[in-house]
Amino acid sequence: MIALLSLILFLPALGALVLLAFPKEKVDAIRMFSLAVTAVVLLLTAWLAVQGHDHSFRTGVAEMQGAFSIPWISTFNIYYALGTDGVSFPLVALTALIFVLAMWASWPITQQVKGYCILFLLLETGVLGVFLALDFFLFYVFWEVMLLPMYFLIGIWGGPRREYAAIKFFLFTLVGGVAMLVAVLMLYFHSDLRVLAAVSDFDVTNDNPQVAWSQLHLHPEVESLLGRGATQWDPQRDEARVVFYRLAGKTTEVSTTGAVVASVAPPTRSAAWSKPLEIQFVRDADAAQGDVQSDETADRIVLRVRSAAPLTAAQVVQVINADPYASQVVHAALPRGSRGSGEVQATDSVTLAPFDPSVPLHTFNILALAKMGQFTALFDSTIWGMTVQWWAFLLLFIGFAIKVPVVPVHTWLPDAHVEAPTPISMILAGILLKLGGYGILRICYPICPQAAYDLAWLVCLIGVVSMVYGAFAAMAQKDFKRLVAYSSVSHMGYVILGMGVWTATAEHLFATDSWKLGMNGAMFQMIAHGISSSGMFFLVGVVYDRVHHRNLDEFGGLFAKMPVYSGISIAIFFAAMGLPGLCGFIGEVFVTLSAWNFSRVLAVISAATVILTAGYILWTVQRVYFGPEYKGPHPEALTPMTTREVLIGAPLVALAIILGVFPQTVFNYMSPSVNQTVDDLRQWSIRLGVSVPENAATATSLSTASSRPAAATLTTSRAADAANIVSGRRDETLSATAIGPTSRRDVPPEAEGLWTASESAARRLAGPASVAPGD
Amino acid sequence: VNPFHARLAALPTDTLASLALFGPELALCATVVLMLLLRVMFGRRLPTTGLAAAGVLVATAAAIALCCDPTLGRREVFSGLLVVDPMTVFFRIFLCGFAVLFVVFTWRSGIPDRDDAADFYTLALGSLVGMCLMASSNHLLMLFLSIEMASVPSYALAGILKGRRVSSEAALKFSVYGAGTAGVMLYGISLLAGITGSVHLPTLAHRLADLLAVGAAPQTQMVLALGGLMVMVGLAFKLSAVPFHFWAPDVFEGAAAEVGGFLSVASKAAALAILLRVASVLGFPPAEAAAVGPLQQAEAPASAGEQFVSADARWPAQVAGHAAPHSPQSGPATPTHAASDAPAAELHDALAQGAYVSAAAAHDAQADRAATHAADAHGADDAHAAAPPAQIGPQQRQAALRTVRHYMAYLIGLLAAITCTFGNLAAYGQNNIKRLLAYSTIAHAGYMMLPVSAFLLLEGSAAQEAAAAVTLYVALYLFMNLTAFAIVAFLRNQLRSEQIDAYAGLIRKAPGVVICFSLVLLSLIGLPPLAGFVAKFAAFAALAHAGLILLLLIGCLNTALSLFYYLRVMKAMILDPPVDGSPDIRLPLLRSFDGALIAVLSLPLLVLGLLWQPMHLWALDAVQRLLG
Repeated sequence: MIALLSLILFLPALGALVLLAFPKEKVDAIRMFSLAVTAVVLLLTAWLAVQGHDHSFRTGVAEMQGAFSIPWISTFNIYYALGTDGVSFPLVALTALIFVLAMWASWPITQQVKGYCILFLLLETGVLGVFLALDFFLFYVFWEVMLLPMYFLIGIWGGPRREYAAIKFFLFTLVGGVAMLVAVLMLYFHSDLRVLAAVSDFDVTNDNPQVAWSQLHLHPEVESLLGRGATQWDPQRDEARVVFYRLAGKTTEVSTTGAVVASVAPPTRSAAWSKPLEIQFVRDADAAQGDVQSDETADRIVLRVRSAAPLTAAQVVQVINADPYASQVVHAALPRGSRGSGEVQATDSVTLAPFDPSVPLHTFNILALAKMGQFTALFDSTIWGMTVQWWAFLLLFIGFAIKVPVVPVHTWLPDAHVEAPTPISMILAGILLKLGGYGILRICYPICPQAAYDLAWLVCLIGVVSMVYGAFAAMAQKDFKRLVAYSSVSHMGYVILGMGVWTATAEHLFATDSWKLGMNGAMFQMIAHGISSSGMFFLVGVVYDRVHHRNLDEFGGLFAKMPVYSGISIAIFFAAMGLPGLCGFIGEVFVTLSAWNFSRVLAVISAATVILTAGYILWTVQRVYFGPEYKGPHPEALTPMTTREVLIGAPLVALAIILGVFPQTVFNYMSPSVNQTVDDLRQWSIRLGVSVPENAATATSLSTASSRPAAATLTTSRAADAANIVSGRRDETLSATAIGPTSRRDVPPEAEGLWTASESAARRLAGPASVAPGD
Repeated sequence: VNPFHARLAALPTDTLASLALFGPELALCATVVLMLLLRVMFGRRLPTTGLAAAGVLVATAAAIALCCDPTLGRREVFSGLLVVDPMTVFFRIFLCGFAVLFVVFTWRSGIPDRDDAADFYTLALGSLVGMCLMASSNHLLMLFLSIEMASVPSYALAGILKGRRVSSEAALKFSVYGAGTAGVMLYGISLLAGITGSVHLPTLAHRLADLLAVGAAPQTQMVLALGGLMVMVGLAFKLSAVPFHFWAPDVFEGAAAEVGGFLSVASKAAALAILLRVASVLGFPPAEAAAVGPLQQAEAPASAGEQFVSADARWPAQVAGHAAPHSPQSGPATPTHAASDAPAAELHDALAQGAYVSAAAAHDAQADRAATHAADAHGADDAHAAAPPAQIGPQQRQAALRTVRHYMAYLIGLLAAITCTFGNLAAYGQNNIKRLLAYSTIAHAGYMMLPVSAFLLLEGSAAQEAAAAVTLYVALYLFMNLTAFAIVAFLRNQLRSEQIDAYAGLIRKAPGVVICFSLVLLSLIGLPPLAGFVAKFAAFAALAHAGLILLLLIGCLNTALSLFYYLRVMKAMILDPPVDGSPDIRLPLLRSFDGALIAVLSLPLLVLGLLWQPMHLWALDAVQRLLG
């Protein structure tokens, strides 16, 4: 997996390097090569998505898959850590697809093709890196790496005001980036893996572990920095494994809120910590029962476990812990769930690195930071009257919101879109905007739950404002591309609203169903918008290439001249509008439904926005494709779409229909992880008592959960599986209800009725999900 | 035995031992002398560049040789005037390594022409000796002298383009500013010396701690603060920190780009080294320097290094000499040599029981007079010598040191924040690339000073990391700015212009150079994955660690501010169409020596941006001895 994910990530960059060697004049070769590189990335991603082989990304699994971590900059605890889960994988797949289509759509670009292709491929590596990175530093590096290719792609190959648009894009995103950097550093210096280890199953003496250490995918080096080491892990000899701790007691005592209240003095000799400790297993006929021969020198300690016959792991533990000297420098234990019946071999010798328990061990690991945010009080110290996580949330949210973008930091988007060349607009709308949403879901919420909870109203409000403002602004546009750009602002508002509906805040009710609906809807909306908006920009580009203007008032009657083009366009525009049966519908309806429990006002507004959306899209379709004759310049250029253009548009239309009819194709991959995020945050809010149970069924699960939080945490994956099935079925129900005889756009009261029906269906079906953690 | 004679007797041994650690400076001095002598013999036939190259190579080798000595630790040489520790070694290697690149670059760029070359290299290497001394000075007088030694040749270098008005104006402005700030700094030094009675930095630091621990009078504190501020003026001039930056834009614009590269890299590095040195010694006085404490000086000169120091610390030494017999706790209980290996706490206790403390207490009682009239204080101290000694525990000393550190931290932090904000804002309106880079170096001086502030507020390994952020920044900044000025110089040779407008459409003529220049500019903005980002990341990390969130925000926002003007240069080169009739240029990256030099200089920006672990380890290693 290390190789596969890294290959997907760096193949475009390698391709860009290879392109340097191409002669400038061989334009076709350069284009074909770039297309081939993006296609290979797509194929590799598709191969990951195929089920049933060793490397496949398994559906129905909530955890990080294929995660690994390789030391990069040890002095700052920075690792090259990648991995994907249900949140990132669909976005990676979308990225790979849109880049292939956008590369193919780049054929009309004729100036400096070599430079274009190099920057294009670098951009792909940057985007994929953001989605794949599990290390916050790495995430930040990729986040910024994207900026520069984008600046040049807009600034060199863009429209008349390209320089203004490019610098505006760069500046806005860089401001967001530096805000993120402040947050990254604040979180890093407040993080402490020692504390996380104390509340996790890393600590053998912890009877009530709340975090599964192995799921953080930390490098083994981190274990030794925390004073732990183990015999080589070998799946064949699992029972022969022994784990050694250089501290026999807890390093730190953690209070219920997660604060480090005291350091419990460990019984080991602290002088020994600074030396490496080697444990060897040797055969010695003299020691029939097994004993320990210890040898402490100035720079190392060697413990020789001697025995006549091979000892089992359980015996090794006993011998070491019984030895008066050895028990002072190390504590041996069996891994959780092992009986220790396997025999320990001489080759199993272990070296424990020196460690210093008094120094905090900071981390950039996103998963570990999330667990710290949820299970410890590390981010709760105050700066200027607010907690660290409050500031971090705000700064990160600013950074991500600029990328999404939301009102009032959206102003770069229309300019960038209008000026960017068609393929770059496709990428900008289809992929780059998703980075913001992804960041909020992956980083803001899990790492700063308290702040996210407190600021849920702000997030939702911003979402709804963007939605409405974007729709109104789109309606007022005369420029075709600008209209599509503003529609993106409006559609991304749904994403923000869907993520923000932390239902617990609504009248102290607690139900994850609604929030799960919102989160899943937001994620789905990101994918759907990726397809529909890149399609729209592509289609605008097709007609712009022919007539070289985008003035909506001068269009009309394209259906007669370009029937295939108009058909594809109408399909894509309707998908964006959210017509039931097309991809845009699922996300919008999920989000709107979920908003009800958060705030009825916002729900009504967001439901009403679909009318505005329908308004501007239908109006646009009417003005461009129907109506009287085309009145603008170059009417002779309105030739039918070429095969290349049809082949770029067709997959997007196909996906729009497939996702609209079978949304579970995406939900199967996505829901477990999204639901897991929601469940984790729900567990957090239960622990902190910010919410109370809604009904008897949830009450049972809550009481069980709060009395045994660890068990609850560790069983959430099963719960997530159950929820996954539910969400799949739920989608079918919704689609079935939705593809009714009447369109909800035209008749608001009926939309309301539809909404109630679907919600009750969703609730009915969601029942088992909320019970699942308790059993 | 007369202490003076004892010192005199120890002098040859001390000097000889010191010379062994003085290799790079000796090599540079020898080169300068040789260059001057051989010039008389050979005149213009002398291969000056080759000689200079050989000299700096030898100096670099000598500097690296010291690096391989793991037992180096912290060693005071030349009777405590200089200190050789890993940081000295780091900066010497850095400065000499820079000199090697600089000689190669100037050899190709042709600004020291055949007539000027001998002058040019004599001045540059002479200045470099001063910079090496700056990095290792351990004494306020040495600090002053080394700064002057580095500055005076720079004034001449700024005016090396003879017969050009801007160049002469630059040199004049530079020297007037330099002289002014040097005077202020000297005044500050005399104030500090007057209060504490020593100019040997560690001794001064310990006395300062003692003085503040017993509670100095407001007037004394005022004078101390003023003295500190005035010394800071001198350093700020070298750093081109606001408000002592006025010389920088004019000098950078007026002087040749080569000189700009020299001043912005080497001079800045040395200034930061000296800032870090002063900050660390005053904030975290080295424990062994307490052996130089006043108690011991009256006694046998056991440790060779510090005797000259005590000479200018006559009054406390005399006080100690007078007081010791009267004080029941002192005397044989506090032997000289014990102090050199005793832990710091014991030493401080010993000091606390000693006569100097009682002297300090008495001094405090008479503070107003003591502050202004050392002679009066002397009398007062004598009179109070028999008074019961005040107890200064390690806690009070720590608290006093903390006060010193906080004062310096906030002073430097404020200066840094203003400097980087001003530099970035002022760079906006510039049309001349050298002037723009001048404001850029001002801004970067601010970024580099930020972690010094964090360093003073942190302790232990965290402080070490903050100091390492400075050394890391300095090291990485070499590649950014030397490359920038090298490209400006090479482009000047072909375009005959240093205006940003003249770079329009350069990508069509010299794509390789434009890519390298873009790497430099992006690195200066601080975008990953380039070296400039690493430097900024480490600096900002130090601020975050120290909890200086406001400074962190200012620093980060400055990064966004700086985007505009760096991008403007890139925009001109890449996005703008070429101006009609602009000269054709030939600077292929791989097929010309100049191009290859640019490539070699800018490649580290990418490599060190990705794999900066070794560089960071070295930077950490360099500052390991700064903390007491």
